[in-house]
Order: sequence, then C-alpha cells, then structure tokens
Amino acid sequence: MDTLALKKTANEVRKGIVTAVHSAKSGHPGGSLSAADILTYLYFEEMNVDPKDPKKADRDRMVLSKGHIAPGLYSTLAQRGYFPVEDLKTLRHVGSYLQGHPDMKHIPGVDMSSGSLGQGISAAVGMALAAKLDQASWRTYCILGDGEIQEGQVWEAAMFAGARKLDNLVLIVDNNGLQIDGNIEDVCSPYPIADKFKSFNFNVIEINAHDFDQIAAAFQKARETKGMPTAIIAKSVKGKGVSFMENQAGWHGAAPNDEQYAQAMADLDKIGESLQ
Amino acid sequence: MADVKKIATRESYGNALTELAGDYPDLVVLDADLAAATKTGIFKKAYPDRHIDCGIAECNMMGIAAGLAASGKIPFVSSFAMFAAGRAYEQVRNSVGYPRLNVKIGATHAGISVGEDGATHQCCEDLALMRTIPGMVVMNPSDDVEAKAAVKAALDHQGPVYIRFGRLAVPVINDRPDYKFELGKGVVLREGKDVTIAATGLEVCEAMEAAEKLAAEGIEAKVINIHTIKPLDEELIVAAAKETGKVVTVEEHSVIGGLGSAVCDCLSQKLPTPVLKIGVNDTYGESGPAVELIKKYGLDAQGIYTKVKEFLA
Repeated sequence: MDTLALKKTANEVRKGIVTAVHSAKSGHPGGSLSAADILTYLYFEEMNVDPKDPKKADRDRMVLSKGHIAPGLYSTLAQRGYFPVEDLKTLRHVGSYLQGHPDMKHIPGVDMSSGSLGQGISAAVGMALAAKLDQASWRTYCILGDGEIQEGQVWEAAMFAGARKLDNLVLIVDNNGLQIDGNIEDVCSPYPIADKFKSFNFNVIEINAHDFDQIAAAFQKARETKGMPTAIIAKSVKGKGVSFMENQAGWHGAAPNDEQYAQAMADLDKIGESLQ
Repeated sequence: MADVKKIATRESYGNALTELAGDYPDLVVLDADLAAATKTGIFKKAYPDRHIDCGIAECNMMGIAAGLAASGKIPFVSSFAMFAAGRAYEQVRNSVGYPRLNVKIGATHAGISVGEDGATHQCCEDLALMRTIPGMVVMNPSDDVEAKAAVKAALDHQGPVYIRFGRLAVPVINDRPDYKFELGKGVVLREGKDVTIAATGLEVCEAMEAAEKLAAEGIEAKVINIHTIKPLDEELIVAAAKETGKVVTVEEHSVIGGLGSAVCDCLSQKLPTPVLKIGVNDTYGESGPAVELIKKYGLDAQGIYTKVKEFLA
C-alpha cells in the first residue's frame, strides 16, 4: 500500500472511530485518533495477518495495552475486513460483541483482552517469549499510552524483555502528551521516555506518529535490530484529524454530540478530499 | 501418626511438574525468584529450557503467563500464595480470568503453616480471592498423592486453575490403590450420622484425627475431603447435611470467603443447616513453628474436637 492509500485508509479508520464513539455516547476518541496512523500501518502493511483466518498460528500478534482506545483498534480491524464496518455502531451497546475494552474471546482479530493499564505489555512479552521458545518467526507488537507507562508493571515487563533480548517484540508508545487529568508532565512526568527504554536495553526509535514514511522506516529498523527489543516513541497529536478534539485532554474519554459529530465528520471528509 | 510418611505439598508440586513434563510438551513453568522455595527448582533442573525465572515481579509474571497461554503454552505460574493470589490479584482477574486463558497458578506457602516468616507471608485470604473470579477452578489438595493428582487434573482442564500448596510436611493419607481424583468431587473418608466435618488441605488429616477422638466418645462424624473449593461438590455437601443435620467446615484459611463460606453459600440456598466454620478467625498470623501455630489457632485435631463438641452440645 502506498503512502496515499495508507493516508486514505487511516482517514476512514478515523471516521469509524468518531462514528462508533458517537453511537456509543461514550468511549475514548482522543487516543484512538492519535494512534490511528500507527494502527493502520500495522494492520495494512506491517503485520502478517489474515482477516479470514484471525487465529492462524503463525500470524503476528498485536496487544493494545492502552485498551481504552478500542474504537481505534475496532475501526482498523473493520476496515481490514475482520468484521463489518457497520458493526462499529454497536460499540458499547448491550449484547454487542464490541465491548468497551478489547475482548479476545468474542472479537475477531483481537489477540489479547486488555484495558487495565500496564497489563497488556506483559501479555505481549509472554507472546514474544512463546515465539522464542518455539523458534517461530512471528512477531509481537504492543501499543502503550504515554500516561500508561506511569504503571510500574510496564517497567517490570520492559526489564524482562530487555534482559531476555526479545528482538521479536516492538513496543509503540503513543506519545500524545495528555492523560485524563491533563498534561502528562503536570500529572506525573514519564519523561525522558526514550532514555528510560534505552536504559532497559531497548532499541529506541523516535518518530512523528502521523508520518507514514517515518513509521515505515521505524518498523523496518525494528526488524533489522537483533538482540534487543524495540521501543518506538511516536510523538502524536491527541484527537488528530478532528479540529476541535486536537490536543484537548477533555476528549480523552468523551463522546461528541450530534452537532459535534457532524463537525467531526465534515473535518474528516475535508481531509479525505485533500487526499485525491 | 509418627510413623506416617510426611511430604510438603510444594515438594509434590515440583515433582509432579517434572514427572508430567514429558507427556505435556507445552507445559512451561514460571517463577519469581522463588524456585528453591516453591520447588519448581526440581523442574528447572530437569527442564532448564522450559523454566522461566521472571525475577521478583509477580504481576508481570502473571501477564507473561497470559501471553504464553494465548500462544498455546500451558504455563504454571509459581509463587507464594500471598503474591500469586494477593499481589497479582488484578492481573489474575483481568489478564487470565476474563479472557479465560489456560494458565495454572501454583501457589505455595499458603496459610499460617508458613511458620516463622510470620504474618506478611501467611496468606489466609487466597481461596476467597480466587473463588470470586468467574471460571476459576480452585483446588487445595490434602497430601502428596492428592497434590500430584491435582496438578495432572489442572493440566487436563482447559481454563484457569488455582492450586494451593503448603510449606509444611504433612502426612500422606491418600496412598491407597483405589484412590481416584476427580476435579470438583469431594471424597467421603469416614461415614457418620451425628455431624459432617468438611475439611480441605492439611486440615483433612487433622479432621480425621478429631473424628477418631469424637468416636471414642460415641460421636460419629462423617468426614469429607473437599479438595476442590470451586466448583464445589454441592450434591455431596447437601446430601451430607441432610444425613447429619449439622456441618462443620475446617480450613487453614480465613473463615471469611473460603471453604466455610462456600459451604454456607450452598446450604443457605439449598438446605439451610447449622454450620460451624473453623478456620483463621478474621485475624493475621504470626511467627512461630508451623505445628505450634496450627495448635495455637485451634486448627489441630484437639482444637477441632473441642469446637465440634461445643457445637453439638
């Protein structure tokens, strides 16, 4: 997929995010929008996956450790063909398989249930370890929030991954700079993030989360790096693509009303038109 | 019972893992710097490539186990009950229980029989915590034979399992040719019409001794070994309650949330029956030799005998 096609796909993913959250009247649009380009690249370019065979043994795995951006993951999976895009409107509704946080038991393409922050990374480390034990070539990816890395368990997992030289593991920190209570630096600063992962024996790559050329180069470098896991620190814009949501902590976990939804879709349609 | 062979069930755990590893190639063992104490060191010696020491980080270890299980492995996560069920409770609940992953938790050093290390390491709450997790199987074997059978049963069960093991060497009471372990099924060890004593773990042996003392005074106690706390053998409990009219539960665990509570949950709905819960009475343990602590907390045969007599009076 070329860069223009990736951009178009990511824009459709974003439309699915705001549509799902609007329909649910709750959910987490901000972080879903900030990670949309990374998610798009993973499922359309980077990962060896098959929507027709979601559990095939040699597939690459992805654990959404920041599980609250489930709308971002679901919208990407729907675009990729795991389930109908139309189903996104059932997000968080009683009886829907699209739970508020990822549920591996019921959602095609979800490799791990997650949502309690700090836990997904450990499961991703376990998956990478399983591949090593079996000398299998599949890889494991894990998306973390920059607020999430305040959880101590993240560093337990990072220590283990570095010590075990899990070079089949790639962490992506969605560094949008905001968490529920505000700026991550004001709440409890996790900076310097890159230096922290370096000191845990990671190959660290810093990129712009919305530049597909940089994203592609980072994943390529991760594949080439042997003997250590990779952490991609992806500097992103929370709410990316929807004008009034961008860089607003308030849109971490709030749904647009009908008027705001129309505005958001208009913003994304405009972006879509510019991508011809 | 001085001439009876005694083995700590943590030892049985390490031995069972080692004996079963050949038949179960997906079995891997995780530990958090306690392999020498949990006895998974026995397994590590035989299968070094299948033993993963996660360092002193139990929450991460539980998550790693979840990831391994999601990738087809059958991980046995080993630590002290305090850390496996206590510290990592939420990881067990959200990363193992909710996705119903095939993770087995081998928790050693449960209860006050940890002994000298004292209250910080004596977990009397683990059965309560694990019992509340939907889909979790909870076992508490009474001796070496049963502990090994429980490990095998856990391997053959698809889904999360918690098994409680002890540090203290306890008498081998199930070493008989017709012994059969069935997950979720209680075992009647002694018939009696006056009272039912349902015991679990190392208290099964104490309960049997107490029943002998009672019999000497003409009180016939029916003794049931409940090695599986969840799913509880409700049929057997209700039948025994109907038969004897009074039920006593005995466990080396808090009287809140463990076997006693499970039995009361069952009987209050199906056959309201007076129940006496013998266990650790909503308190912390303390340092001391295990056998002395069991006596001090009224969990030895004499203590059980005395309480059952009061209950029946």
